[in-house]
Amino acid sequence: MTTNSDRASTSQADVSAEIAAIESAYQRTGLEETQPRLDYAPYRSSVLRHPTKDAHHADPEGVELWSPCFGPRDVNPLESDLTIGHGGAPIGERTVVTGRVVDGDGRPVRGQLVEIWQANAAGRYIHQRDQHPAPIDPNFTGVGRCLTDDDGFYRFTTIKPGPYPWKNHRNAWRPAHIHFSLFGTEFTQRMITQMYFPGDPLFALDPIYQAITDQKARDRLVAGYDHDVTTHEWATGYRWDVVLTGAARTPFESQEDGASHR
Amino acid sequence: MSTLLTATPGQTVGPFFGYALPFDRGSELVPPRSPGAIRLHGVVTDGAGSPVPDALLEIWQADADGNVPNASGALRRDGWTFTGWGRAATDDEGHYGFSTVLPGAMEGQAAPFILLTVFARGLLNRLFTRIYPPAGNLSADPLLASLPAERRRTLIATGQDDGLRFDVSLQGPTETVFLHYPGHRP
Repeated sequence: MTTNSDRASTSQADVSAEIAAIESAYQRTGLEETQPRLDYAPYRSSVLRHPTKDAHHADPEGVELWSPCFGPRDVNPLESDLTIGHGGAPIGERTVVTGRVVDGDGRPVRGQLVEIWQANAAGRYIHQRDQHPAPIDPNFTGVGRCLTDDDGFYRFTTIKPGPYPWKNHRNAWRPAHIHFSLFGTEFTQRMITQMYFPGDPLFALDPIYQAITDQKARDRLVAGYDHDVTTHEWATGYRWDVVLTGAARTPFESQEDGASHR
Repeated sequence: MSTLLTATPGQTVGPFFGYALPFDRGSELVPPRSPGAIRLHGVVTDGAGSPVPDALLEIWQADADGNVPNASGALRRDGWTFTGWGRAATDDEGHYGFSTVLPGAMEGQAAPFILLTVFARGLLNRLFTRIYPPAGNLSADPLLASLPAERRRTLIATGQDDGLRFDVSLQGPTETVFLHYPGHRP
């Protein structure tokens, strides 16, 4: 078990060497991975929190083939703008993040809940466990929600988050990220992930991002700068699309949405 | 199943979801102590047997008659609408709790279950499992039948006076069986 004193004394160079060793071993296997490893020791908190047994195969049945429904009663349209609702405008780079949520067959996920949370421009979260000496912004909480539209698009207006220091090892910093929580049309598609910004110099150093051993897979978490999303004298724009795992229910069954399922 | 696109990777929920994801009465699929309400609760532990105080659990289930809910309103509970979905964070002792109803069996289903998703700091991707109430026809359930007895046990809740107890062990000798569905890739 890793103690706190071990953690404080482990250097970035040591962690980077662990990351590099795992990645080169992965490349020798020739088997493509698409998701993070659960057992990834460079991320110290994962050591005692990953299952050691392989996940057991289940054929989805019953509620597994459906997802909870959310609607206008659940989410106010203003909740997609994280820069309003306070006394004034938050500090930082105003930015719009938008993209499309689709299933594994490319079908848009319509009217479904998307939740985000993030640090402020200084890298500080509004959370009692985040006590590092960066300023809280009284005009920014960093929580948003929306429902996807009929084409599966979500859209948030926010502030670009700053990088954030954490205690995984000495001088550990997370790349700037926005947490995303997503639902599909079936609950087996449920996922939570993190969206990153392009070109972040901390990518190579970060054990959470690097827990995805495959570069193509890691790239799927990085938004693209999109000048068509950027608006004149107002906000920069980023585009990030999400693919959920394939849906097992057939399109015919999906058309029955709205009826009572039994 | 033919799948054209590769799924976006998951990432850990991290330590700071507490001000973002939990919501008022999120764990109350039905009001506590209302007629038919049960308590579903337990503890989440890690590989050292220590409680996990920063996990987030979600359940999704049929109603008492075996119907899949399709009503919205889970995020703004009115106390009357059964949406079938709830969310609860663990407390400092790793304990979580929901108030809900026993799910009815869906058509052709021997043993009804509650679907559970687990997120936590230190857990790099979500985990799925099923909570089987002990009153179901468990011996006729294909998933339970496909597991050795000592593993099967981890999916079966314990009946208590006020409802069900279901502990989640992320790692170790009593590690909970977590599920892999078609379309999920490593």
